[in-house]
Amino acid sequence: MNETRILLANIDEPDLHTIAVYERLGGYRPLRKALFEMTPEEVLHELEGSGLRGRGGAGFSMGKKASFIPRGTMDKYLCCNADESEPGTFKDRVLMQRNPHLLIEGCIIGAIAAGANKGFIFIRGEYELQADILDVALAEAYGRGYLGERILGSDHSFDLVLHRGQGAYICGEETGLLDALEGKRGNPRLKPPFPANQGLYQGPTLINNVETLCNAPLIVERGAEWFRGLGQGQSTGTKIVSVSGNVRRPGNYEIELGVSGRDIVYGLAGGPRDGRRVKCWFPGGSSAPVLLEEHLDLPYTFEAMAKAGSMLGSGAIIVVDDSEPLVPLALRLAEFYRHESCGKCVPCREGTNWTVKTLERIDEGEGTPMDLDIMAEVQGNIIGNCLCVLGDSMAMPVGSMLEHFREEFEEHMEMARRRRNLESHEARGAGELAAIAEAGAA
Amino acid sequence: MQQAGDEGALRATALPPGWDEAVRLDEDPATIPDPADVDVPPELRAEIEALMGRYPDRHSATLPALGAAQRVHGWCSPEAMRQVAAVMQVTPAYLSSVATFYDMLRTRPTGSRYLYVCTSVACHVRSAKRVFDAIAAAAAEHELEDVEVREFECLGACDMAPMASADGRYVGPLVEADAAEIVLAMKEGREVLPGRSLEDPGYEVPPDAPEPPRPPPDPDVHPAGGDWKHPPDVPPPVDRRPPREVA
Repeated sequence: MNETRILLANIDEPDLHTIAVYERLGGYRPLRKALFEMTPEEVLHELEGSGLRGRGGAGFSMGKKASFIPRGTMDKYLCCNADESEPGTFKDRVLMQRNPHLLIEGCIIGAIAAGANKGFIFIRGEYELQADILDVALAEAYGRGYLGERILGSDHSFDLVLHRGQGAYICGEETGLLDALEGKRGNPRLKPPFPANQGLYQGPTLINNVETLCNAPLIVERGAEWFRGLGQGQSTGTKIVSVSGNVRRPGNYEIELGVSGRDIVYGLAGGPRDGRRVKCWFPGGSSAPVLLEEHLDLPYTFEAMAKAGSMLGSGAIIVVDDSEPLVPLALRLAEFYRHESCGKCVPCREGTNWTVKTLERIDEGEGTPMDLDIMAEVQGNIIGNCLCVLGDSMAMPVGSMLEHFREEFEEHMEMARRRRNLESHEARGAGELAAIAEAGAA
Repeated sequence: MQQAGDEGALRATALPPGWDEAVRLDEDPATIPDPADVDVPPELRAEIEALMGRYPDRHSATLPALGAAQRVHGWCSPEAMRQVAAVMQVTPAYLSSVATFYDMLRTRPTGSRYLYVCTSVACHVRSAKRVFDAIAAAAAEHELEDVEVREFECLGACDMAPMASADGRYVGPLVEADAAEIVLAMKEGREVLPGRSLEDPGYEVPPDAPEPPRPPPDPDVHPAGGDWKHPPDVPPPVDRRPPREVA
């Protein structure tokens, strides 16, 4: 099983992050093509025709999103979502650290397609190294005239600003990102209106993930036809998969969409250690409902994952092997979402909190069989009832663990309860012994 | 956002009045500070003004401006916020509403540097909690000061799990034995774990990185793990309620 590297093709080239090396390897050639050989409509048409779907999580067609941006001369914006906070995801980090100019070129091409003249890269604050690298790369691109007024002497002008976040998962949600970029708390907004109509500063805004935008120069250079030739069905192109958890070789692997999960987890990442088996896996970051070992044989595509009841999401596979107890894992997962819930919608704010409390109760031996039913019901009340999907992102994986591994939850609860009873029994026994000893001494 | 579980925690340092308490209704709200009254370090002022110039709307500079003030003051202290408010011409209340939302902005004097240990899902399944406990214990033992040591949500480096970020320097994969070295390096201002960071040239996650060993299936460590022996049956509690009267 080999990787199909197009985004990561030159990633091991030394000094790829400098503009000289990037240009030597053919960089900024697609931009020239988009500027001088194509009209913006043709660029948009090419992106739409490629079938490229968003790589950040929702999987919405990038070309379609760009086509929703109204024509006209109002201020339009492009936002690159580099707030890669989904647990398990680290693909954008590599792209930005090793190949920042690919992202910058993608942003410019995206802006040409959307007619935007101002763009922002919203990078998470924890990625200090990557932000520093991008800062230098942006200065280089301005220096060569790829950014700024009248790019390379054409009619297009585009400014690109790097904006550093300060640590909040919710800023990866597109409208939360916009609020954070406007200098507010990163609370998601009510949709519609969608950002394509009313986004940043109330202007039409195209928001795309780093990996999505990085695909744009390749599509412009080699054509939509070539891109559609990769992948399977509605899932065209390649995907950088971040494999982590209990595997021998965690890391980023670029695969053609449609290879099986087993090829990725066992073939590329080496599978779990000796003697251990895959208990469950998250196919698309911690927000995706878990799948079982048998699902590893499905093709890794947006459609197949959705059909199996999960999602491809950001393409982050977290493998959990059979030595890992699930209740503490579910608890840790729920704690994450409780911490990151912005608190705007009640079902998410309270639902995540109560899920944590219930799981803590179960883990400490104070659970009752009713708790599992209550917890399942709480998850059901979160899904679809909030402005954004943060609450759903906890409810779906926790709910799926409960569904697939209910017996383990029950056993864990029972064992924890007995242990607790035994402890209190022993404590009581020790107390009685002490009382007898005291009475004997007296 | 407040750190999970620290609601009502005891604080080492007393906070200025009006900081984390309910609003004082008998006082007028703080207004936009007069620039003439506030002494802002010139470099900080220049940085914030440059930041404001990058955006169509000056409010967009709030996050980077608070970050800059935090670098100067060590944390988003009331004075730091007053200075930002004076330069940006916004109310301190607006800034504090923003600062309390973001994890990397410190609204308490917990230290001017940071050591974030990731314990999120992908690190969790590689025993990150034990690494964090070891680091926290080492920090206490070696009296690491002026560094905020805390568990952090996913830092986006699950390939090097379990990992930590020392002032932005990503290091991993970590084992418990690394704890003392990390803490001492931070204390003495040395580079943390040379050669084991993402920013070191030629760094690659070692193939077959040692996964921290799981605790043996000891019933005392984990109730659900391994072949756990049943405890002797606990006698049922005695029902001491008075018998119900049947009408």
